[in-house]
Amino acid sequence: MHNVKDKIIHGLFFLNGLIVMLVLLGIFVILCKAAIPAFQEISLKEFLTTARWDPTSLVKEGYGIGAMLLSTLMLTIGALIIAVPLGIGAAVYLTDIASPRFREIAKPVIEILAGIPSVVVGFLGIVLVGPIISKIFGISNGLNALNGSILLAIMALPTIISISEDALRSVPKTYHEASLALGATGWQTIIKVKIPAAVSGIIAACMLGMGRAIGETMTVLMATGCAPALPTSYLDPVRTMTATIAIELGEVAYDTTHYYALFGVGLVLFIITFVVNMLSDMVLRKYQKVRI
Amino acid sequence: MKKILSIFMSVAVLCFSFGPYAHAKMVQVKGSDTLINLVQKLSEVYMEKNPDKVISVTGGGSGTGIAALVNGKCSIANASRLIKTKEVDMAVSRGVDPKKVIVAVDGLCFLVNSSNVITQLTVDQLGKIFRGEITNWKEVGGDDKPISLYGRQSNSGTYDFVMEFLTKGDFSPKMRQMNGNAQIIEGVKADPTAIGYVGIAYVKGVEGIHVLEVSRAVGGKYFSPMNDADIKNGNYPLARPLYQYVDGMPAADVKDFIAFELSPEGQNIVKEEGFFEIPEEYIKNNKATVGI
Repeated sequence: MHNVKDKIIHGLFFLNGLIVMLVLLGIFVILCKAAIPAFQEISLKEFLTTARWDPTSLVKEGYGIGAMLLSTLMLTIGALIIAVPLGIGAAVYLTDIASPRFREIAKPVIEILAGIPSVVVGFLGIVLVGPIISKIFGISNGLNALNGSILLAIMALPTIISISEDALRSVPKTYHEASLALGATGWQTIIKVKIPAAVSGIIAACMLGMGRAIGETMTVLMATGCAPALPTSYLDPVRTMTATIAIELGEVAYDTTHYYALFGVGLVLFIITFVVNMLSDMVLRKYQKVRI
Repeated sequence: MKKILSIFMSVAVLCFSFGPYAHAKMVQVKGSDTLINLVQKLSEVYMEKNPDKVISVTGGGSGTGIAALVNGKCSIANASRLIKTKEVDMAVSRGVDPKKVIVAVDGLCFLVNSSNVITQLTVDQLGKIFRGEITNWKEVGGDDKPISLYGRQSNSGTYDFVMEFLTKGDFSPKMRQMNGNAQIIEGVKADPTAIGYVGIAYVKGVEGIHVLEVSRAVGGKYFSPMNDADIKNGNYPLARPLYQYVDGMPAADVKDFIAFELSPEGQNIVKEEGFFEIPEEYIKNNKATVGI
């Protein structure tokens, strides 16, 4: 009886794993199938290298994803510039400096931050971050790339903090003790011993945070102003790939070039997040090997 | 083992049982964000009078509503623009026969921040501003400040209306594409250099903005949409009918609700919500198309 039960449960778990893989494969196939017809009418070069996206134009339709690709990259890089130092700093603080009691309170609070719905973060971008930015920089409106970067940084922080903390915590205690025994100060130990020892875990944490930032939709839709022009600075409004899909897919007529092109945008986004996740997975695996 | 089986069974039973009941007797209305508050109010009053009827009203933009009607996902599509030829073709190919009912009249308002000295513009100037040909307020007699544009996203009927009747070409790519009328108002309130457009029902009683008077041509008389008489007699150049589309001759449930909207009581609610009742010619028009 036990044996049968074992086998059934074994089979169920195998099935779960298989379903996840099939779903991923299915999404990829569907995206490709829906995106490929677009390139019968748009050249791949125009799609990837021009910046004018205006499929509902009265004059001439434009299908270039350059501006939104740049917007997505700007937001992601901006978010990482803000979130990475903050996240690593917080992780170091939690592992080495904070008292155990404070850590017990801080960790769940950080995890709650990860659970805030993106629409709420977007709302904060409109009513709080936007006005502050417009005041500081003396510009007329605070809905721009900087606003989006700050919000995405906030959303990526929990991932970066909690995975970096795990990585730092898994550095063997002996490293720490050896470093102190050799006369290094606490600061030197952290910077020169612990962080380098945990660096692959920290990199993986940042890349997972980046994956989150690239794919985020609602927040950037609400807080970045969504102007389709090619952005020239962080104080310009931007419209990301995710926002474009969210705005336009609801109204597009099926089986038109516009419809296929939106799937093309989705495919590009899928490939970017897939590569980022795969890289972070590879780095993570390397770091696990080092640990053992 | 029995436990697992029973869970599976109950999940399966739940899945099957939800299907048919979810749509029972519910009239789905979807579309224009200009119309959503009005139709929601109408449906509330209607449901109070007819407790056995259920009407669900959602937004998303005119394009979204019409796409839903074509795809058989709703029975009434709210629209602040006429259906496009492309959409009619799509509908016909799917066996849907879209018929138009005019439910209210709107005056499209252009608004600026209350600190702006400009109070009047011509239709031509508005077109140039939104095409991005006029980029500084001094070119239309205001202060020497760059104009920041606030508009809607391409799934909005108001976006299409402005594009067809005013800019007659593409919007400036620098226009911030906001996620609804309320966001445009918030943006214009906070931004001294802003200009934006929304339906009339959204500007009544709002502080911090003023609504521009518009004339058809240079030297012509300027009219304000805030003056009811000028909308009704057609003096204000940007008055427009608001529509609902249904599939063929509407079913009894749908017909009953539309009849309520067009009744004197329904039209009173239209006025209370800030729009204008439909004139005689539109009443005739509705009689001819759907017999109500």
